[in-house]
Amino acid sequence: MSAVTTSQSSQRSMLRRIHIPWGHLLIHAILIAGAFAMVIPFLWMLTLSLKPVSLIHQAPYLIPTTFELSNYAKAWDAAPFARYYLNSALMTGGIVAGQVIFSSLAAYAFARLQFPGKELLFLVFLGTMMVPFHVILIPSYLIIDRLGWVDSYAALIVPRMVSAFGIFLMRQYYQGIPKELDEAAMIDGAGRLGIWWRIIMPLSGPGLATLGIFAFMFAWNDFLWPLVVTNDPNMRTVQLGLAMFQGRYGTQWTLLMAGTVTATLPTLLIFLIGQRWFIQSIAQTGMKG
Amino acid sequence: MTAMARVRAGWQHANRRGDVSAAAMALAPAVILFAIFNIYPLIYSGYLSVMEWDGFSPDKSYVGLDNYRALYESATFRNALSVTLKYTLSVAVLGVAVSLVIAVLLNSGVRGQNIYRLVYFLPVVTSTVAAAVVWRYLMTPGTGYADVFLRDLGITPPNPTWLRNPTWALRIVMLVGIWKRLGFNIVIYLAGLQNIPKEFYEAATVDGAGIWARFRHITVPLISPITLLLVIMSIIDSFLIFDVVYVMTDGGPIGTTEVVGLLLYREAFRYFNLGTASAMGWVIFALVFAITLVQWKFFGTREAGL
Repeated sequence: MSAVTTSQSSQRSMLRRIHIPWGHLLIHAILIAGAFAMVIPFLWMLTLSLKPVSLIHQAPYLIPTTFELSNYAKAWDAAPFARYYLNSALMTGGIVAGQVIFSSLAAYAFARLQFPGKELLFLVFLGTMMVPFHVILIPSYLIIDRLGWVDSYAALIVPRMVSAFGIFLMRQYYQGIPKELDEAAMIDGAGRLGIWWRIIMPLSGPGLATLGIFAFMFAWNDFLWPLVVTNDPNMRTVQLGLAMFQGRYGTQWTLLMAGTVTATLPTLLIFLIGQRWFIQSIAQTGMKG
Repeated sequence: MTAMARVRAGWQHANRRGDVSAAAMALAPAVILFAIFNIYPLIYSGYLSVMEWDGFSPDKSYVGLDNYRALYESATFRNALSVTLKYTLSVAVLGVAVSLVIAVLLNSGVRGQNIYRLVYFLPVVTSTVAAAVVWRYLMTPGTGYADVFLRDLGITPPNPTWLRNPTWALRIVMLVGIWKRLGFNIVIYLAGLQNIPKEFYEAATVDGAGIWARFRHITVPLISPITLLLVIMSIIDSFLIFDVVYVMTDGGPIGTTEVVGLLLYREAFRYFNLGTASAMGWVIFALVFAITLVQWKFFGTREAGL
């Protein structure tokens, strides 16, 4: 044990003398190898989507050297990706808007207002987070069917316009806004909802951005619910369209990958733009427990 | 009597500020939507799970616990549960272990932490369907890059090849699950690691503890609440896996990747056995609930800690 320690410390002092941070180099080597494994699918997908069919079995596999943009045009011709995009955009927009307004309204009530049954109601919302979606899937579909909403935007949007997660996130955020601001506004004669709209909301930019990004990611990438409540090919979202596209054009790799890049791009862009907020708020979930 | 008076005083106080009416308006959309699309479906699926119904005919017949009994006896359902458990545990354990190592390396003071974190996080925000499509083709023998890469390393694919192989198909699905989850775990671990006081490591180094000893005796125990949190979150999420399997294998080969989510979907929307499918949903619920209870039990005591 002591021999090990001595050899380690002599090693360390030697390293210090030469000034080459071997430890850090080794760490970088491991991290780069891991990062490489993470991005292989992205690089391969992008490269393949830009190759002419004749070159798909040839290196380089991970760096685009040809730029066959016609693959994208062909993919968008082969399947109505423009329509899928429109559907996904409307669904995502509706869900994000609903979440930002309704989740934060509810969060405001829990963070700032006193009313009977508050704790109980909060507990009920909390409880629904534990219910796996699989359990409510069938009855939710039956309700949509009963409402005559199958193959409608309402089916894609309305059930997901508010979420327990969104309420918690915004409640947490509101608790960090000083109450003195509300009180000052109240002295000036503002109503409770007026305070929410004119005082709290304008101060909630980062919180709302985080909620918006989460809702966007969820909505754009969602698969099971759109799969269940739509039958009409014209109502398919991008994710559904991609899954169906794979079934039909599975042998035309370049087109399929063009479609896959198409489906992936929006969330990646939103993530790259908002990554600071997004990563921070995920890091905080660990802290809250 | 005093309690009553206090309640009344509180009520009046609330009313005076207009809280109650404001709360009613603020909560109305959320409460209505939750009642229709969460609470009612939950109750209704419990009801359906003791009925036999095809979803179309006007009559449902009460069958008691027969649906559950049938599931208990069904080899298909048992297989699906066992596949799901294997998947879930592998993703939870391996995904958490690997992400801890990467987070510790990232936290060691190397440059470029933000860039690495960003790259590792990319799969988390990628759509599961797109990821599953790409991975499926990556593993295609002869042309998929992963297969080509492994051949270059001298590793020949098993026979039958990757996703057609009853042993390998599930492993590849697990790999995709871990790949997609790693970044999330890393971000949460990193936040936790930054909370461990540097003095602990300095003191241990003075006492002659090497890298491994510091990791083993300081990092691992101090980070264990987060480890538990991540394991449980992974289990709950992974239990509900659907998209990846739907796209990559559709449950095959010979049912080796047939997870409960897929089985439930088929039972409900292809074979229209709504009773059986609802019972499956409740079995999943019960299992996830049990895991959540463990989470509560541990995290109830945690709040004073780290």
